[in-house]
Amino acid sequence: MFLKLVPDSTNIQFTRMRMAAMALSAALIVGSFIALFSLGLNFGVDFRGGVTIEVADSEPIDIGEVRTVVSGLGLGDVKVQSIQDFAGTEEAVVVFIEQQEAGEAGESDGEAAPDGDAPEAEGDANELVQQEAATQVQEALKTLLGDDIEFRKIDVVGPTVSGELIQKGALAVVLAIAMMLIYIWLRFEWQFSLGAIVALVHDVIITLGMFAVTRLEFNLAIIAAILTIVGYSMNDTVVVYDRVRENLRKYKRKELAEVLDLSINDTLSRTVMTSVTTLLALAALAVFGGEVLRGFTLAMIWGIVIGTYSSIFVASPFLLATGVKRDWSKQSATATP
Amino acid sequence: MLQFSKTQIAGIVGLIILGLAFAIPNFLSEETRNNLPGFLPKTTINLGLDLQGGSYLLLGVDTDKVIDDRMRAVMSDIRREMRPNRAGGRERVSIDNLAYNEATNVVTLRLRNEADLNEARDRVRDVTRGGLGGGLGLGLRPYAVSASGARIEIAMTQEAERFYSSESVRDSIEVVRRRIDPAGNKEVSIQPQGADRIVVQVPGDDDPEALKAIINRTGQLSFHRQDPSVNPQDAAAGLLPPGRMLVPFAEFEGSGAPPMVLFEDAEVTGDMVENASAGPNSDGGGFQINFTFDSRGARRFADYTRNNIGSIFAIVLDGEIISAPRIQSAITQGNGRITGNFSALEASETALLIRSGALPAELTTLEQRSVGPDLGRDSVEAGAKALIIGFIGVIIYMVISYGRFGVYADMALIANVILIAGVLSLLGSTLTLPGIAGIVLTVGMAVDANVLIFERIREELANGKTPINAAEVGYQKAWSAILDANVTTFLAALIMFQLGAGPVRGFAITLAVGVVTSVFTAYVLTRLFAGGYLLSKRPKTMAL
Repeated sequence: MFLKLVPDSTNIQFTRMRMAAMALSAALIVGSFIALFSLGLNFGVDFRGGVTIEVADSEPIDIGEVRTVVSGLGLGDVKVQSIQDFAGTEEAVVVFIEQQEAGEAGESDGEAAPDGDAPEAEGDANELVQQEAATQVQEALKTLLGDDIEFRKIDVVGPTVSGELIQKGALAVVLAIAMMLIYIWLRFEWQFSLGAIVALVHDVIITLGMFAVTRLEFNLAIIAAILTIVGYSMNDTVVVYDRVRENLRKYKRKELAEVLDLSINDTLSRTVMTSVTTLLALAALAVFGGEVLRGFTLAMIWGIVIGTYSSIFVASPFLLATGVKRDWSKQSATATP
Repeated sequence: MLQFSKTQIAGIVGLIILGLAFAIPNFLSEETRNNLPGFLPKTTINLGLDLQGGSYLLLGVDTDKVIDDRMRAVMSDIRREMRPNRAGGRERVSIDNLAYNEATNVVTLRLRNEADLNEARDRVRDVTRGGLGGGLGLGLRPYAVSASGARIEIAMTQEAERFYSSESVRDSIEVVRRRIDPAGNKEVSIQPQGADRIVVQVPGDDDPEALKAIINRTGQLSFHRQDPSVNPQDAAAGLLPPGRMLVPFAEFEGSGAPPMVLFEDAEVTGDMVENASAGPNSDGGGFQINFTFDSRGARRFADYTRNNIGSIFAIVLDGEIISAPRIQSAITQGNGRITGNFSALEASETALLIRSGALPAELTTLEQRSVGPDLGRDSVEAGAKALIIGFIGVIIYMVISYGRFGVYADMALIANVILIAGVLSLLGSTLTLPGIAGIVLTVGMAVDANVLIFERIREELANGKTPINAAEVGYQKAWSAILDANVTTFLAALIMFQLGAGPVRGFAITLAVGVVTSVFTAYVLTRLFAGGYLLSKRPKTMAL
């Protein structure tokens, strides 16, 4: 009488599919690595440094014209993109300028009189040229489009900060995974902990691979998304593991593979249910949440799908490979007939 | 498990009412809020700059420069101190060489006669004794002086270095505040970050370019003697005697005068200026800046002008001459005026710059994030829309999946959002766009606990348990999974908060708060509803 995406009792033999799943995961991971090394990530201004300016006008903006004018400023690699809402109406135009190097071009004509601090002055000059470039682009856009345009967003990130943000972002992801490892270790057994971490690393790599392939901008928000995916995927894995532990106590004689299958099937309905509610919320964000959140939302949606897959097909079968303690009723392993 | 005592129920209901009380001020106008009786909470959630529009600037303070400046000042004090002083009956100490090494931060004084060493060392000790900034611990010397042979080395102690660095950050914050918020009525936030950084957050639609222009000027004002014996052209060609500098004129209208050769050592510096204001030029035409010295500055300026009548001096601001008058007579009243070719705007900006004092060191903009008010408004609308639609979607989905129990879960979900709003208001935290995303995501994930429980109850029902029994067992058995699952998400949020920047922190906060409140609403509140239904109706069968 109620909507049930998964029938009440299922008996799918997930562990039998582990070879196929392993092949698929291996292919995805290898593919991700290839994409990451050949294409790399499309780092946004947060991590690469440089300038992003989002400009809106009452009339439609000719992207080609903007590109010509901004390229003419001699600021290196320039990208111009149009931002559209879901209906396809143009909301704004984004101009991206790569990080500027001080002293290369004749652009920075010494606004700050250097008074001898050679090493620091150079570092400061590298920060200063980003600011100057941002000002130049704003002036050029005003000249081209008129003074009444609105600068919806201006991001200027210098080399110092972008370097720090990369470090902190990477550190955050590694730290998150390490904390999960320790927590699961404390609550379960090391085999579980290892299985969960393998699944997490699997999810993170494939998510990064997706970003390399799709060329979606990789920025600070995406780091937040990855951390959330780590949390979510862990969440999924823990629920299955929790049931595995319970069933191991209950069915002391069953084959481990059987116990795993039983546990996954027991929790399958919940796994699907939670994924659907989360995806519902994310879909609302993707469609209505505006352009600022789009990359974040897409990363999350992808992560939920991968995270759900990995808890069923990676984390659990992994226990088969390592084996687990079977007798949870006693602290020390004593032989029971 | 399903039984609740009266106190427990009162506690649960009380908590939700409390959450509501803290959440409500967000929906009231400021006026109604101010008219609320005193015992009611009034704090609201602040909108982040990405939602209300505004500028975020991360500024780097050049603390190395501050140390260098201090050491250079020590060096010129020492040079002065080695000169003869007729009144004090002091002889000249001949200097062979006096230099400052920027890499090591050490001033080295080499004497011509080794015999002068003790006398020279005493004089050096005299000028380096005082805690220049004040506030250094008693008996703590800011400089270490060591002497051997004909050499004296002066280095700053590490404590002093740290002290002056953090002092320069504090001073910079004060100066920046005086510049962007002279009246003290704006909602600007200026805060130190790390050892040598400042975060400036200015909400509203102020032009970020203008903001940066006023922050990034050092505002270093000084009065210098001209050295008429050196030809500026020779100086430009590199024939600059030690202790002199070639300074260009500021680019005011009609100036374009050739640069002047000035003595490096300033006669009076901007920190001795007490006040400055713009006014119409008293000689007619244009604007001027009127300023007042403090007592020390007034004395120095009086001495200087008395002894140099007829010669030219220059007023230098940030490495440019803004005025170069000839001294007509001794100026003893301690005030003066700068008559360049100022426009009204230039005069008032320059006066503000002088009045707010000089930055101890140049500020470098390391990062800028500006959001226009329109994008902010769009983001709020989009976020709210996504929240409502996502919310409705999840609510409907829960009802069609679990019927009556779905309704319980939905009520818990509503309570959850109220509690999140309440806690965020209580903390006075800042809501960013990613923060809204965090709430939307929490809505999707918060029902997870209920899903876990309900699925468990279904299983137990299928095993032939009675509804009450099944519910009891369901809640009991689902707990460990709920706990583990939420702790992991909480840990992820914690790391994001620790390491995240700006908006990401907003996301981390809402996610963390949402995790905690959702465990309460999903596990406790729904149990209260389910228990109330099951224990009063005692149904034989239950649809789930």
